[in-house]
Amino acid sequence: MPDMDINYVAHLARLELSDDEKQRIAAQLKDVLKYVEKLNELDVSNVEPTAHATPLSNVLRADETKPSIDPALIWKNAPEHARDLFIVPKIIE
Amino acid sequence: MSGLHTLSIHELRDRLRRGEVSAREVTQSLLDRIAGVDDKLKAYMWLNPDDALRQADAVDAKGDKPLAGIPIAMKDVLNVAGQPCTCASKILKGHVSVYDATVVRQLREAGAIILGRTNMDEFAMGSSTENSSWGVTRNPWDLERIPGGSSGGSAAAVAGDEAFGALGSDTGGSIRQPAALCGCVGLKPTYGRVSRYGLVAFASSLDQIGPFTKNVADSALMLGVISGHDAGDSTSVPRPVPDYAAALGRGVKGLRIGLVRECQIEGLDREVDAAVKAAVKKLEDLGAEVVEVSLPHMQYCVAVYYIIATAEASANLARFDGVRYGARVAGDDVIEMYGRTRGQGFGAEVKRRIILGTYALSAGYYDAYYLRAQKVRTLIRQDFEKAFQKCDAIVTPTSPEVAFKAGEKTDDPLKMYLSDIFTISVNLAGTCGISIPCGFTAQPKLPVGLQILGKSFDEETIFRVAHAYEQATAWHKERPAL
Repeated sequence: MPDMDINYVAHLARLELSDDEKQRIAAQLKDVLKYVEKLNELDVSNVEPTAHATPLSNVLRADETKPSIDPALIWKNAPEHARDLFIVPKIIE
Repeated sequence: MSGLHTLSIHELRDRLRRGEVSAREVTQSLLDRIAGVDDKLKAYMWLNPDDALRQADAVDAKGDKPLAGIPIAMKDVLNVAGQPCTCASKILKGHVSVYDATVVRQLREAGAIILGRTNMDEFAMGSSTENSSWGVTRNPWDLERIPGGSSGGSAAAVAGDEAFGALGSDTGGSIRQPAALCGCVGLKPTYGRVSRYGLVAFASSLDQIGPFTKNVADSALMLGVISGHDAGDSTSVPRPVPDYAAALGRGVKGLRIGLVRECQIEGLDREVDAAVKAAVKKLEDLGAEVVEVSLPHMQYCVAVYYIIATAEASANLARFDGVRYGARVAGDDVIEMYGRTRGQGFGAEVKRRIILGTYALSAGYYDAYYLRAQKVRTLIRQDFEKAFQKCDAIVTPTSPEVAFKAGEKTDDPLKMYLSDIFTISVNLAGTCGISIPCGFTAQPKLPVGLQILGKSFDEETIFRVAHAYEQATAWHKERPAL
């Protein structure tokens, strides 16, 4: 079984974890990943994957402008905003 | 007007239409019931009595709208304009919805009163409602036990006569399992039957909204209201909505009921097994033909599910980043802000699943985990297609066991995941399933659920079977002493 690098995965997920959490999650997921190895018992080389169970494909609609949600309501839920913009920490030096 | 809270939707509707009670009286009676028992059950996270009564006063309860004047409770995962929507997560604390989910609009158009918000496992991840940042909901049959999950609040509310009907969401059994553990009726419709617009996404290829009710006829009524094509959800299917009520009362004579060979698993509670076998005997007595079917890949369902559901969740939950809504924890740069916001905003189970899902999708592991799981999902779907060539509906236990005590499984996530074995396959196959009461354990007295599974878009047949069984038994009339 491959070893999961919890620091790397937590970084990919943009999830800050304490050392305690890292240890606990890594141990618990070790059990889960071991269980998931069951899937290796099956030969799936000639099986198509299923991404979803809907009988539809290529759902299209006309490209029309329509009224949208009032931005004033959106801003009420924003952690920080000004002049109709979301404020975030500096991205570019 | 006391005692109204014990009525079913149909009974209530008759009284409202005859003008014997008003929508305000009905709503007030329910609010009184909630005020009386919810301190014990903790099914509701949020309630606005004044708003509910205002809605009641505005309804023409004598009109012919299907749910005119009936209050319906919402799981905290569905957006209702102007109401909080937190998914029982700290990361969405204080969030107020800016639009109605399509199902909410449909309920309003049907004359329903949109009542309070029910407790759930955070972001619908769990089988016990213990993963809520808000608090623990109790099982109405035994307050030391969990109500099941993730829609535990909706199930406990209906079973405890704190709601006439409620909506939940089902990704791997989150409607059927709590319905079974609380002793009410819970339906997971076929994928694509009900619009997911306005449902906070957990695993988009598996999620489906469905009703909790006190009986099968009410379930059919509610499904009729919330079904149908919606441009807001590209996976909602443009098929006509049948008259589900017409499926009721037709009996089971001539129907072939499939019994799944692989359901005799280790860990299946003896009393659950006995109750389900007795239910099958009852269906046979009522004229159904029982045939054995096989779902050979059932033993792989839990593994497939916990790869696919967590992978989809890791992508869906990326939106909770402290930028547009919800809580934010400051950081020196944007990466640190994301990490801290998510690290402090999400609870333990959600973090565990985000890590697992991110890992399953990460470079070098995608083929081994995610792609392989998707391929086995195909085999599971094909199992159902083959089984349904031999029968019209399949019957299984909903859950291998009855409600367990709070805290009993919280340290062992894998053990918790394995209890979903009978419900998960339905979401993977995209088919429909209903859980109805089929008995009780002796000591303590706890409800057992019977799961009836149907072909895609054949909710009519599972309603037909469920209704025939219900009419021939009295389990659904039993009420917990609260």
